[in-house]
Amino acid sequence: MEITDAQIEFKDFNFFYGKFHALKNINFKMARHKVTAFIGPSGCGKSTLLRTINRMYDLYPDQRAEGELLFDGRNLLDPKIDVSVLRAKIGMVFQKPTPFPMSIYDNIAFGVKLHERLSTAQLNERVEWALRKAALWEEVKDKLNQSGMSLSGGQQQRLCIARGIAVKPEVILLDEPTSALDPISTSRIEELIDELKKEFTIVIVTHNMQQAARISDYTAYMYLGEMVEFGVTDELFVKPKKKETEDYITGRFG
Amino acid sequence: MTLHSKRKFVNGLALSLAMAAMAFGLFWLLWILVTVFQLGVSGLSLSLFTEMTPPPGATDGGLLNAIVGSLIMVSLATLIGTPVGLLTGIYLAEYGRYNALGNATRFINDLLLSAPSIVIGLFVYAVVVATTGKFSAWSGVIALALIVLPVVVRTTENMLQLIPNTLREAAFALGAPKSVVISKVTLRAARAGVMTGVLLAVARIAGETAPLLFTALSNQFWSLNMNEPMANLPVMIFKFAMSPFSNWQELAWAGVFLITLGVLALNIIARVFLRAEKIN
Amino acid sequence: MVDPNQEPKAGQAFGLHLSTGGGNAAAALSGAAVATIESKTSAVRTFGDRLFAGASSTFAVLTLLLLGGIMVSLTIASWPSIKAFGIGFLFSTDWNPPMEKFGALIPVYGTLVTSAIALLIAVPVSFGIALFLTELSPAWLRRPLGTAIELLAAIPSIVYGMWGLLVFVPIFAEYIQPFLQATLGKVPVIGALFAGPPLGIGLLCAGIILAIMIIPYIASVMRDVFEVTPPMLKESAYGVGCTTWEVMWGVVLPYTKTGVIGGVMLGLGRALGETMAVTFVIGNTNFLNSPSLFDPGNSITSALANEFAEADPGLHTSSLMELGLILFVITMIVLVVSKLLLRQLAKGEGAKS
Repeated sequence: MEITDAQIEFKDFNFFYGKFHALKNINFKMARHKVTAFIGPSGCGKSTLLRTINRMYDLYPDQRAEGELLFDGRNLLDPKIDVSVLRAKIGMVFQKPTPFPMSIYDNIAFGVKLHERLSTAQLNERVEWALRKAALWEEVKDKLNQSGMSLSGGQQQRLCIARGIAVKPEVILLDEPTSALDPISTSRIEELIDELKKEFTIVIVTHNMQQAARISDYTAYMYLGEMVEFGVTDELFVKPKKKETEDYITGRFG
Repeated sequence: MTLHSKRKFVNGLALSLAMAAMAFGLFWLLWILVTVFQLGVSGLSLSLFTEMTPPPGATDGGLLNAIVGSLIMVSLATLIGTPVGLLTGIYLAEYGRYNALGNATRFINDLLLSAPSIVIGLFVYAVVVATTGKFSAWSGVIALALIVLPVVVRTTENMLQLIPNTLREAAFALGAPKSVVISKVTLRAARAGVMTGVLLAVARIAGETAPLLFTALSNQFWSLNMNEPMANLPVMIFKFAMSPFSNWQELAWAGVFLITLGVLALNIIARVFLRAEKIN
Repeated sequence: MVDPNQEPKAGQAFGLHLSTGGGNAAAALSGAAVATIESKTSAVRTFGDRLFAGASSTFAVLTLLLLGGIMVSLTIASWPSIKAFGIGFLFSTDWNPPMEKFGALIPVYGTLVTSAIALLIAVPVSFGIALFLTELSPAWLRRPLGTAIELLAAIPSIVYGMWGLLVFVPIFAEYIQPFLQATLGKVPVIGALFAGPPLGIGLLCAGIILAIMIIPYIASVMRDVFEVTPPMLKESAYGVGCTTWEVMWGVVLPYTKTGVIGGVMLGLGRALGETMAVTFVIGNTNFLNSPSLFDPGNSITSALANEFAEADPGLHTSSLMELGLILFVITMIVLVVSKLLLRQLAKGEGAKS
């Protein structure tokens, strides 16, 4: 397997929480406009790995990364990188929906206004565009001024996806986006991910192996901070190369 | 008595005592409120709001200067104490959660919160009154602001801490700078709690007497000069309640009624406000 | 309540080191498409961030300096008295302004005794109230009753004082004190506490009114900690056949002892520093003739409230300042002890689990 059009590449990447060595020697590439899934038991480092891509760990003083993390060839660990602009290019959606305490419209406009100066008409257009992309427009178009918190859990999560899309990122990071949702909302989000990968590179952390198998093009299996196996999803699930991976996906472990 | 019936008896006794304790608490509240309303309402009249506090021996008089003085000092103290407390609370919750300055400030704030209000009065006396050489409304305002401050710091910090970290991360993930994350997202999510804290702080200083006793003092006359002693309801009540003149005592009851009404109203508004915001 | 368990949790700290600042006003001006992730730090955004961080840390420092200021200024102001009387100030019962002889024993005694009486009454009553509110009250009554108890704390102390002096004291002197004398007064040893003429005002009356004032503080902390006790824990106790009382006393109270002690300390702090209510009813005399709680006395706060504004500059004023300093130190000790105690308890609980 060779990824030719890589958008993100980890090279000899290590990550530490204080003294704890959380990610060990990570080396792999993520393909542009594909879905890459991280699977593994809890505590294996899959979320940590995801959160390095938009440098979320910067928020916490005792967390640090070493090695190289290339985004279109530029090393994101470089201190000169402007994380604010970086995060406009790499959006993120969390495990639990995180609507801001403001109207649906303002939730979407929040990120856009940080990075661009748009006229009201342009902004309206952008909000509608993002909500349509997130398959939420039809449900909320008549109540854009209502609080984002008034939506259902599944709607809130799509609102958060729309909020991320609205700033026109290149990559979307999804950290177990459906673990707090019911099956119907989950399948809507999965359909949405399939739609979104036409325009965005998607990275998703999931504890649900079937979900990874259903929606991802590539899968990485992680265990104890190491990347045990990385490959094309269909191959990894059908014919894993490593014994540990096989044990995990067949349910003998974890 | 068998073990079983003994246990049942102890249980019954304990639960009856708990009920009695509840009744005991309510009994005092009702007794105090009923007295205050009875004696307060009978002292109410239009002249309360139109006339100044009377000199000894006079049979008429009102509370106008004391009411206005209290309103002025409480408002100014709130206007000074709230922003300082808000920013300190933001610092504690968002910047200095675990650093040395944060821990020290948090500890000092706890001390300030538990410091008796009369000690705050002494401090302001020593620092302001003794150095300027006179009692003044400003010194009273400073003393009251020092009581508002730790309350606002504490509630702001607590309310911001209740905001889940993922909400902050979500805002940072959009590329928002920290000042925007705090002002537009976390503070906004915490505003109901913070507002409630401010309202309760106002309620508290509205009835504070001790810190005014040797700062703003009191003033029998109408005065809006902030550099002079200023009349205020609590100190006036203290003086009049201890006096032998029955019309002074009547005015004191009317003052107590006004203060109690105001403070209870602020408390109830704060609670309703918080609940309404929660439902939203 | 103070959260004593604020042990730093790695990975949750929101440190100062945010490098989010690296501004992007350039991006804002020209549209995201043009912005590169290496765009130079922009002045506008960073300025806003720095201003915000600067303002809030400045005020944190200001708050910090305030307490230092209180300690220093009170010490300076009481220096003449500290120099004149030394440590003997604490043990002298003199309080004689014309002779310029001052000692703190009587007000300190009054403060400690009235606070002790208040705790003795308020702690069991508060426990009963909290038990009632969490276990016995019908659900629809819980909120109104809880609010009612909290409103006791909202009533200003001057109201307690005036009501206490003009309404409660006459009734206390006429009915309750004779009753106490006829019952507890006959018991050997403790009978001496209830001796003397029933004047109404005095240490006992002040203690009772303080108790009413601190019940809401202690009761609401207790109720809050009882409410957060995991239902599973209670259900397992009920599951082995415990009665409600046994569950509360044997399971919930030990589980929540940290919070309960915190609540009691909070109440104690209030009682020690309470001024107006005590000033009205304690009697304001600087004599201590018998151990009787019926005797009028003085507390630190009532001495300050009554004398300070009219005190002569010099030793009288500075002795009063020293009283204030002593009170401040006592409340500080209560706070520090409660924090240490809570930390110790939290550690012990952690070790057990």
